[in-house]
Amino acid sequence: MGFFKKSPWVLHYDGSSCNGCDIEVLAALMPKYDIERFGIINTGNPKHADVFLITGSVNSQNIDVIKNLYEQMGEPKVVVAVGACACTGHFFAECYNTLGGIDKVIPVDVYAPGCAARPEVIIDAVVKGLAVLEEKKKNKQK
Amino acid sequence: MDWVTFLILFPLIPAVLLLFTKKNYEAQKWIVLISSILIIIGSIGLAVEQIGHTGGFRYISSHFTNNLVMLGDVIVALVFLYICRSLPLKKYWIPLMVVIQYGLVLYYDFAGKMPEMNRYIFLDNLAVIMALVIGIVGCLIAVYTVGYMKKYHEHHHEIPDRSHLFIATVFLFFFAMYGLVFSNSITWIYFFWEITTLCSFIMISYSKTEEAMNNAFRAVWMLLIGGLAFAMGIIYAANVCNTIDLQLLLASKKSLVLVPILFLCFAGMNKAAQYPFGGWLLGAMVAPTPSSALLHSSTMVKAGVYLVLRCSPILQDTDAGAIIALIGGLSFLAGSALAISQRNAKKVLAYSTIANLGLIILCAGIGTPFTLSAALLLIIFHAVAKALMFISVGSVDNATGSQDIEDMYGLCYNMHRMGIIMIIGISGMFLAPFGMLISKMAVIQALALRNPIFPPIVIFGGSLMLFFWTKWMGYLIAITDKKPVEYHKDIGIEWIGLWGLAGLTIISVVFYPYIGKLWIVPMYGECPLFSEGVQLTILLMLVMMILPPLTIVARRRNVVFTKPYLAGVNVEEKGEYLGSLGASRSWSFRNYYIEKYFSEKKLLNATILSSLILWILMFVMENVMS
Amino acid sequence: MDINVCNGECNVMSVIIAVIIFLILAPLVGGLISGADRIITARMQSRVGPPVLQPFYDVLKLFGKQNLVVNKYHGDYVLCFLIFTILSGCIFFGGGNLLLAIFALIVANVFIVLAAYCSNSPYALIGADRELLQMLSAEPMLLLTAVALFQVTGSFNVSEIIKTNRMPFIYLPGVFIALTYILTIKLRKSPFDLSTSHHGHQELVKGLTTEFAGPSLAYFEIAHWYETVFMLGLVYLFFANVPILGVLVVIGVYFIEILIDNVNARFKWELMLKSAWLATLILGVGNLFLLYILSF
Ligand code: SF4
Repeated sequence: MGFFKKSPWVLHYDGSSCNGCDIEVLAALMPKYDIERFGIINTGNPKHADVFLITGSVNSQNIDVIKNLYEQMGEPKVVVAVGACACTGHFFAECYNTLGGIDKVIPVDVYAPGCAARPEVIIDAVVKGLAVLEEKKKNKQK
Repeated sequence: MDWVTFLILFPLIPAVLLLFTKKNYEAQKWIVLISSILIIIGSIGLAVEQIGHTGGFRYISSHFTNNLVMLGDVIVALVFLYICRSLPLKKYWIPLMVVIQYGLVLYYDFAGKMPEMNRYIFLDNLAVIMALVIGIVGCLIAVYTVGYMKKYHEHHHEIPDRSHLFIATVFLFFFAMYGLVFSNSITWIYFFWEITTLCSFIMISYSKTEEAMNNAFRAVWMLLIGGLAFAMGIIYAANVCNTIDLQLLLASKKSLVLVPILFLCFAGMNKAAQYPFGGWLLGAMVAPTPSSALLHSSTMVKAGVYLVLRCSPILQDTDAGAIIALIGGLSFLAGSALAISQRNAKKVLAYSTIANLGLIILCAGIGTPFTLSAALLLIIFHAVAKALMFISVGSVDNATGSQDIEDMYGLCYNMHRMGIIMIIGISGMFLAPFGMLISKMAVIQALALRNPIFPPIVIFGGSLMLFFWTKWMGYLIAITDKKPVEYHKDIGIEWIGLWGLAGLTIISVVFYPYIGKLWIVPMYGECPLFSEGVQLTILLMLVMMILPPLTIVARRRNVVFTKPYLAGVNVEEKGEYLGSLGASRSWSFRNYYIEKYFSEKKLLNATILSSLILWILMFVMENVMS
Repeated sequence: MDINVCNGECNVMSVIIAVIIFLILAPLVGGLISGADRIITARMQSRVGPPVLQPFYDVLKLFGKQNLVVNKYHGDYVLCFLIFTILSGCIFFGGGNLLLAIFALIVANVFIVLAAYCSNSPYALIGADRELLQMLSAEPMLLLTAVALFQVTGSFNVSEIIKTNRMPFIYLPGVFIALTYILTIKLRKSPFDLSTSHHGHQELVKGLTTEFAGPSLAYFEIAHWYETVFMLGLVYLFFANVPILGVLVVIGVYFIEILIDNVNARFKWELMLKSAWLATLILGVGNLFLLYILSF
């Protein structure tokens, strides 16, 4: 059934972002972009969420948290890495405690590049993620 | 010999036999088991015999029995004085009260000033239902007591083992209670009345610690006030109304007999721990738990409400009756509110007893047939569920050494059967479709007619009750991460009492319409509560209540176990999270007690004061009017 | 809503039909209300908002999700919550005893609190306690409404209350206003969303519902629809003799609820308890007093 497409609930986690991408994520929720049009809700609770939206890179402080949140999300789930930091580590990649992009810890399904990632890109990424979600659901049913 | 005589006199036999069973657990067990079964059979036999009847007198014309009661009075008075011997001199007023009230009653007795009567026994359905409650609930508690006391002394070596005396007192209590509900002469009732006071003293003071003695004497003096009022009621009735026949008094003109009836009601409400006398019931907690179970459920306090219920035909439609209802309502509200702020399980139960009895008194004060039916249902359901709650708290206390509700977090997990029993008990106390809620619904329906005061009282009190019961229940069913603690589960003969009462809690819901039709309707007339529609819905709800246990039994597919959400910082160690600086900390949770609003400090004095004002108002009003 | 078809002689058949209609229609109506709610809320915030069917999409999606549980019991309590909420609605729309319906609703509420208690999660536990406080605040007024309706119409049975030829509202304006105040608590709307916050990223996370995932959460949502319909049915009773007016008022009241939801921040529990009890005492009980005095 195609309901995952219609109601993706998002968990937004700020890894070690400079806050730039976070602001863009919030902007997407605001009247101008209004992602609730697509049924997207920011739940703030991994158990309710379908889409794991991470901004910022992984470091040794937050690695466990990211893993934990990912584990606590119910299948099917997608991970969207928002911003260059989340995708690759960006210019923090060389830092002593930075491990790199999110895909170092958990499998990332959609990458949303940009520094900061624009709201349009974020929305695009989430919508792309929905297709992945549907696919995962189907695969699971098989 | 008929059932009535049997029920009154038989409990004396085990009471005496038990006195000779010091530290002989086996003998105690068999005596209690056999006599309990006999008493239960007796109560049921009596009830069956009474189906369809409304009431009748037993005439006793010989003076011999009456003289026996007089002799009993003398003995009880002497025993009272005997137990007062250890009191310091500055508490002279306690023995003084004994002397005054017994002086008055005995003087009248011996001087032949008591009006003649020969209808000493009166049996109606109210008495039958009381007998059923006393017999069945009481005996289940008695059986439980045997097992409990054994374990109690295993844990409390410092207290000398006088459990044979304790259990004997239980049966003495039955004797007094049966005597009380069947007597028609108010001097007889008075005799039994004071025996119950005496029994409660023996039970409360059981451990002989300083606290126990203090509380026991507090109970005695508070209850003696009621006794004094009772004695005054007797004197007044004998002098002014010229009769001590209770049924005759109740059949007289209201204005004539209102004053002695009010004295009796005062005594009744005193015994039912209504404010301002709530204190003694809380003090009674120090006693071994079965005594609380007994005092709070089938005996003692129920004697109080029984007397008020008896008198309610006179109270109906009088201002005095309305004020009595108000005092009951006040106790209902205050008791429920105070229970919220308590952590000690027995204290919560004690306050809820005061509250529920308040509700019964409220019904009795209004005195319409509908409220009286509701009051009777309350008596039945409350006795069963409250006894169950007390004895299960007792067993948990024996196993874990704590009565603190906070320590019961996850009890179902650690002691499965105990937890389930407790949940049944709590459900019985407040949840639809169980007994207390059915009765509360009846009360609201009965009061709703064009009355703006009483329904809100019941509604608010009920909501407060909902609060503290639910939070307790939530604590019981909580499932902790921690490994189950293996509490020693050597509960033996107690299971009879525990499962018996748990079963009764559920069965009584199914069978209450029959109790209603067989015994209540003949007495008070039809009541919408026993209608098919309500009955059907309640049964439906009961069936649905079976669902949760069923779903638990049925294994669910597709469930995936995770850990609770802890903001992403769960630690492998269960129940802990990663705090700052990388240290793992455990989280803990404490319930709401809302002491800011509901603590004893905040509420108790105000309650006592306002109830006193109400009482004074009532007596002044009656005196001005008459 | 006007699903309560229990006019004419209220025999078993019509009760069963009413109940079946309720069972089918209530979630539809409740879901649509919730969808409309989200659109109106969005419009008030100058957004477009989701499609009106969004709540259904959400619930259907939740059924497709994995059923995450923290222990094997806690999902069952949610199911009981749903069952008893439905039962209370059935009693109500089947024309049964109003008090009994409210008590069934209370039982349902107790189950959801128990579900949170047994989940062993600090957020859910806080939610549970707060839900209890919400019940403590709201329950008196609900029951008082039943009593008040009884005093005006002479019956506790919904089937007879709707047959009344006088409008309860005229006699019970205070009760009505107090009930709408309480309604905000029962609908779990701001400023009284203490137990399950609207927006997850706050101190409560999702409160009571934090640990419900997938199907469990779906049950919760469906139960909430039933609950909403039941509550609005209660509002409707005040205008039962003029059905059209009744429906209009229900719509109006719900709109006001949305408005209140949007212009308020969350109250602290003390403020909630005090204000709700004050409303109950002054408006509700005061109204009964007036009724008592005037009808002499
Ligand atoms: S991608 Fe750019 S804007 Fe986004 S978190 Fe990294 S540095 Fe900040």
